[in-house]
Amino acid sequence: MEYLIILISAILVNNIVLAKFLGICPFLGVSNRVGTAAGMSAAVMFVMVLATMVTFLLQKYVLDPFHIAYMQTIVFILVIAALVQMVETILKKISPSLYQALGIFLPLITTNCAVLGIAILTIQNNYNLLEGVVFTAANAAGFGLAIIIFAGLRERLELVGVPKGMKGFPISLIMAGLLSLAFMGFSGIVK
Amino acid sequence: MSHFKHFVNGIIRENPTLVLLIGMCPTLAVSTSANNGVGMGIATTFVLTMSNIVIAAIKNVVPNKVRIPIFVVVIASFVTIVQMTMEAFVPGLYKALGVFVPLIVVNCIILARAEAFAQKNSILDSLLDGLGMGVGFTIALTTLGGIREILGNGTFFGMSLVGENANTILVFILSPGAFIALGYLIALVNQLKKTK
Repeated sequence: MEYLIILISAILVNNIVLAKFLGICPFLGVSNRVGTAAGMSAAVMFVMVLATMVTFLLQKYVLDPFHIAYMQTIVFILVIAALVQMVETILKKISPSLYQALGIFLPLITTNCAVLGIAILTIQNNYNLLEGVVFTAANAAGFGLAIIIFAGLRERLELVGVPKGMKGFPISLIMAGLLSLAFMGFSGIVK
Repeated sequence: MSHFKHFVNGIIRENPTLVLLIGMCPTLAVSTSANNGVGMGIATTFVLTMSNIVIAAIKNVVPNKVRIPIFVVVIASFVTIVQMTMEAFVPGLYKALGVFVPLIVVNCIILARAEAFAQKNSILDSLLDGLGMGVGFTIALTTLGGIREILGNGTFFGMSLVGENANTILVFILSPGAFIALGYLIALVNQLKKTK
């Protein structure tokens, strides 16, 4: 039951992009096509779950026992950057086809605040490892849901006339606002 | 005088949020009130200026291949300093900004300036560039925060502007309002740029 609540809360109610404002850059940057958006969300899911597991173990077995929790920001960002690099190298070696699909998104993920943000939030929420993984996977799924819907909307948007000043970025933001408004309809499902 | 242009550049012509359109996550997330906007702006300005200075100072001894990890460590160190300072002196603001204080480290503005500017310029110019960009970011955040606070809550920096029972447009301090207000603000800037 607990896991179900975490799942629904992270995907629908407190959507990572539309309610928590994490990962806005890829949300606005790579959402031109549904295909690219799906690739990006798969890459994010993969890296995010891996990053949360590694940072969680580091926090529990290195930072806490040695009382250096204040080093959290520095340690986490370095670990995530190294992890992304490693994933890229390994994927290239063992699964060229998967690398072809996800490769171009991987470097972008290092500067994706969602990965670091979720790693920190998992620690802050005092989850255990399994809850943390569920929380992270649910957030990544929420990210995927939001970005794929958004990409679908943007594909349609190309076909309509938009006032000059609103073209491009502003209209995308307003559309994201309306999407966020729609997601607010889910609030109240879980506390 | 030529140094001064580096300072002004970040405020108007290359305003990071409204013109370059980078650093969106903190912009949307913490602009629920003018107060939060100023707090986040100052914290980011500090990190931006200090990391620009340090990176400009060490640019000749950093090997090109590992420059990005080194820049990130420099930035993360200053973020940690900001985090600890804020927690000690302004705990209320620290709580309100939440996870976005440690997330200053992944704010693209900072790494972008390190890579595009501080790496190639003198310490003084980098300092001015960092300050200018920071001030530009702060102005954008405060404007957006102010708009959202006035429309959504009827207050400005906590001072009440409308009567007790007035109806305010609550949605503006909730998350959809952030997207919509920023969308219109950028549309306005685009329009102004065109007419100039």
